[in-house]
Amino acid sequence: MTIVQSTFDAVVANRRRRKVKRAAMLATLAAIVIALFALTLSLGQSYTPPHQVIGVLLGEDIPGAAFTVGQLRLPRALLCVLAGLCFGLGGVAFQVMLRNPLASPDIIGISFGASAAAVFAIVILSLDGPAVSLIAVFSGLGVALTVYGLASRNGVAGARLILVGIAVSAMLESFVAYVLSQAPAWSLQEAMRWLTGSVNGARIDLVAPLLLALVIFGGLLLARGRDLEALRLGDEMAAGLGVSFERTRMTIMVAAVGLIACATAITGPISFVAFLSGPIAARLFGNGGSLLIPAALVGAVLVLAADYCGQFLLPSRFPVGVVTGALGAPYLLFLIIRANRNGGSL
Amino acid sequence: MNSQSLVVSGISAGYGEADVLDGLDLEIAPGRITAIVGANACGKSTLLRAMSRLISPRRGSVLLDGKSIHRLPSRQLAQTLGLLPQSSTAPEGITVADLVSRGRHPHQGMFTRWSREDDAAVSRALVATRIEALAERPVDELSGGQRQRVWIAMALAQETDILLLDEPTTFLDVSHQIEVLDLLTDLNHERGTTIAMVLHDLNLAARYADRLVTLHRGKIHASGSPEEVLTRENVRHVFDIDSRIILDPASGRPMMTPIGRHRIARAETDNP
Repeated sequence: MTIVQSTFDAVVANRRRRKVKRAAMLATLAAIVIALFALTLSLGQSYTPPHQVIGVLLGEDIPGAAFTVGQLRLPRALLCVLAGLCFGLGGVAFQVMLRNPLASPDIIGISFGASAAAVFAIVILSLDGPAVSLIAVFSGLGVALTVYGLASRNGVAGARLILVGIAVSAMLESFVAYVLSQAPAWSLQEAMRWLTGSVNGARIDLVAPLLLALVIFGGLLLARGRDLEALRLGDEMAAGLGVSFERTRMTIMVAAVGLIACATAITGPISFVAFLSGPIAARLFGNGGSLLIPAALVGAVLVLAADYCGQFLLPSRFPVGVVTGALGAPYLLFLIIRANRNGGSL
Repeated sequence: MNSQSLVVSGISAGYGEADVLDGLDLEIAPGRITAIVGANACGKSTLLRAMSRLISPRRGSVLLDGKSIHRLPSRQLAQTLGLLPQSSTAPEGITVADLVSRGRHPHQGMFTRWSREDDAAVSRALVATRIEALAERPVDELSGGQRQRVWIAMALAQETDILLLDEPTTFLDVSHQIEVLDLLTDLNHERGTTIAMVLHDLNLAARYADRLVTLHRGKIHASGSPEEVLTRENVRHVFDIDSRIILDPASGRPMMTPIGRHRIARAETDNP
């Protein structure tokens, strides 16, 4: 057997082995999402047996269960899953594209841009409902373009974009502090929801728009997944491999911002989910293949689990964003310390 | 032997306001090894970047088989023209085989699946660069010399007729420099791949290149065989230093030894 032949056999065998392992891990993650989803549906303040849950899902009118499961828990669980998928996908797309875990949309001001605009709309413009959400989506896009524009000089360098993003975040933060100081008490509650992220107000009619955003922007991202993988080798290397990186970057940015801004418009910025999902997925799956789908699933797990904890497992009830924030902040600290030691990478 | 021709015709290019390249013409000899040398900031890397479409020239064009590379679809270009830039990053923890596989990117579309031919190309690249035993090791655990071989393997897996390399031997010790240049020579001899590279070391360039090109202030100063190009006058013009050209006893190619102000044998200082 020649050396080329034996190498070929080894290459094929290893690739198959990796593929099987990846499929098994994806299936496990999906199973965890389904399990947490089922948990959210069946066990809350009261326990609803599985056959009743299924009955309600199939449209039966079971007294009591029809309301708790159908009206309260189902929209909540669906929004958790969808928001988690959106935050996970959008976050990892940015992190991978800029080759830096700090480049997540919640660090570089995109989520904050959306919520700052929403707070402004609620407190100053006295708007509510869909108008606020629309303003949030477009502001998220606007902030992304501003950060990108300010950071581009002879092409966009990841580090510069992150620094500009942090600076823009800081500006938005002081703006929000000012707006809140002017807020009348009645709008404070609604405004605060836009700053922490919560699925407490989940309604079934919020599911469809978020699902639509996920299908459109998520599909766009997945279609560009291969080019995104090439970008991880550096812009020049990617160009050498036939990726027109300016165009790919633009598409990926629009898709990722779309996901983040739409999810933020519906649940508020669930802190750090976008930031945490990618690195967790990278830890679980390694960096051999695309992290898009793994990170999306991790996002869904994080939001479902954090929301469940916030509702039932902690001494008092917290919105989901508070729980994820408590998870994310120490990790951010860890990353910053480590990045200064050996340069972070994803 | 392939016949894809790469011709640079009257390009001016640069960053910001200033032109680094100033109406430069160059023909890369098909099936040969071309080394581009010159002083710091003479435009070597810019030339390579323009030839591989990383930057767009302000004037002039780069023609691949008579067609402007800026009009070719990027995937089609990447099937013919490979590039090993100076800076590239390996995702943390990625294995050698995984990284080399990424060289197949331009050969795959959104709906074409990974094929036997892709596996075969990856295996050939691993064997050619003698890293098959490292295939399952994470790239970040390898030494600098091994890592450079992995990047070259990735460029080989791309299976292009032309390969452009930007200082492929920088940061390597002498044995790894020789190893990389030997490897590229193998590739040229066995597959007839056209190789054009920017090199820092004038003597290694003269030893390994079929054609030597010197760049000076954004223009081609001289080009031809190492014997024609590596002369005392050219070295003085391009590098602004006096030198002696001797015959490299190992290769029989010309070799430059610089003359500074110190540590010069008496005979040299007497004889201008």
